[in-house]
Amino acid sequence: MLIIDCPYCGRRPEIEFTHGGEAHLVRPPQPAELSDQDWAAFLYMRSNTKGIYAERWRHARGCGQFFNALRDTTTDHFLSTYKSGTPRPVVNTTPSEEGHS
Amino acid sequence: MSKQPFSALSLIWRAASRHRSWQPQWRKAEPKKAYDAIIVGGGGHGLGAAYYLAKEHGLTNIAVLEKGWIGGGNTGRNTTIIRSNYLFSESAALYDHSLKLWENLSQVLNYNVMFSPRGVMMLAHTVHDVQVSKRHIHANRCNGVDNDWLEPEEAKAFCPPLNIDSNIRYPVLGAALQRRGGTARHDAVAWGYARAADAMGVDIIENCEVTGFRRDTAGAVLGVETSQGYIDSRKIGVCAAGHTSVVLQMAGVSLPLESFPLQALVSEPIKPIFPCVVMSNTIHAYISQSDKGELVIGAGTDAYTSYTQRGALHINTHTLDAICELFPHFRRLRMLRNWGGIVDVTPDRSPIIAKTPVPGLYVNCGWGTGGFKATPGSAHVFAWTMARDEPHPINAPFNIERFRDGYLIDEAAAAAVAH
Ligand SMILES: Cc1cc2nc3c(=O)[nH]c(=O)nc-3n(C[C@H](O)[C@H](O)[C@H](O)COP(=O)(O)OP(=O)(O)OC[C@H]3O[C@@H](n4cnc5c(N)ncnc54)[C@H](O)[C@@H]3O)c2cc1C
Ligand SMILES: [Zn+2]
Repeated sequence: MLIIDCPYCGRRPEIEFTHGGEAHLVRPPQPAELSDQDWAAFLYMRSNTKGIYAERWRHARGCGQFFNALRDTTTDHFLSTYKSGTPRPVVNTTPSEEGHS
Repeated sequence: MSKQPFSALSLIWRAASRHRSWQPQWRKAEPKKAYDAIIVGGGGHGLGAAYYLAKEHGLTNIAVLEKGWIGGGNTGRNTTIIRSNYLFSESAALYDHSLKLWENLSQVLNYNVMFSPRGVMMLAHTVHDVQVSKRHIHANRCNGVDNDWLEPEEAKAFCPPLNIDSNIRYPVLGAALQRRGGTARHDAVAWGYARAADAMGVDIIENCEVTGFRRDTAGAVLGVETSQGYIDSRKIGVCAAGHTSVVLQMAGVSLPLESFPLQALVSEPIKPIFPCVVMSNTIHAYISQSDKGELVIGAGTDAYTSYTQRGALHINTHTLDAICELFPHFRRLRMLRNWGGIVDVTPDRSPIIAKTPVPGLYVNCGWGTGGFKATPGSAHVFAWTMARDEPHPINAPFNIERFRDGYLIDEAAAAAVAH
């Protein structure tokens, strides 16, 4: 089970959280003006990265907040968790041992 | 057919001669410089596609490139449930095409894939489940796919270990039974297709990872870069399951896929006790008994995308809770092994078997948690698509454009859970 560092509550077990899919996807401001292709891309296309991936989590059975995380999908190690609305942090691609699960 | 066809007589003769005359069932091939077609991914779908390309389309100068060992992906990791009682007509056509091929696959390949149509029973635990099951049954009948409603007592008669006590947390209110459904031996499917394809000249190349594509100025594929060097081919089909996004991104193609760990586990072997397959989508339990005697138990997907082939133990615990409630006999059984596979999931939980925007590049993916059952049918129509550069009528609806055009085949909504 993952140990996830909620930016509001600290480290908690995965079962307190729900996964919110890929992070930093911005809803187009004028959907009616979008082509079908672009709308499909917003709705369905995901980077599905093998490597460092930015994703949303919600501390559903805790503080209830959404936040973002950077996780290496080849190891499941978290490199960072950060509040929604803040930019994706620049991280060292060789993860340190701290804060891992 | 292989140099050593299997028959009862040949088995007796080789046993009598102390099994010293067996030869490898397929060659260890070295990559040639060029092929008429290449399949990326040596799971059941890729090996099957190579077999049908050679058998039905006369393309024998072809290779299957597998980064690990054949059948080492989801083909060798799945719980082998085979059924075709999907809701939508497009799905029913595809999965029933496959089920019909399963029925005589052992004879066709001269390799025992141990297809066992022992019946797949899907439980209903809530009023909503009952309504959804009956809707499926009626839709299936319209499509010529067998599926019967069973009352709880009938379900118990079909599967005696089942607990139909009305006091349990999720009581059994009935079940949908597809009698033609069942299981098969997963490894044998990969090996059987590999052996039959090899006998027609197909090169099966293991430890050969595709790392890139070469394309001409018009964008069409020219060949693949691999861990064993560059190989030329103008026709490339990708059957890489959980790694499809990774492979197709090398050709600049994005697909609506996410890769999740899906887990399974087996118990210690016991004497025959479980006569059929039971699935409960609502409480996430999938169970059958292998011929070795192990109970084969399918669990759910983890919540997050990952390529680790691991997953977390609480997913299995959740499934075991459901199994212990439905089958109290099994409470004291020990579990032997658990593992995960990486499944590629589409937004509508239906596969993509299609041409890509890149000329010469084809993809067979998005099988998610349920593509083993489809192996023969999918391989068959994918080979057609590659050979003729146009889809077979059965896979035409399973294209990439359906996400843009709004023609989803929404088995996700139909089942509301992994299936
Ligand atoms: C735990 C579990 C239980 C399941 N239970 C069921 C079930 O009961 N019923 C059912 O119908 N389905 C089930 N499934 C789903 C089913 O296993 C898959 O849909 C199906 O086996 C996919 O077959 P495949 O040949 O497409 O993929 P795979 O067998 O995964 O083959 C893909 C191959 O591609 C190779 N590959 C990847 N990248 C590259 C590269 N760059 N170069 C070369 N090779 C590459 C991989 O090594 C792999 O061998 C289950 C899956 C899992 C994980
Ligand atoms: Zn919190």
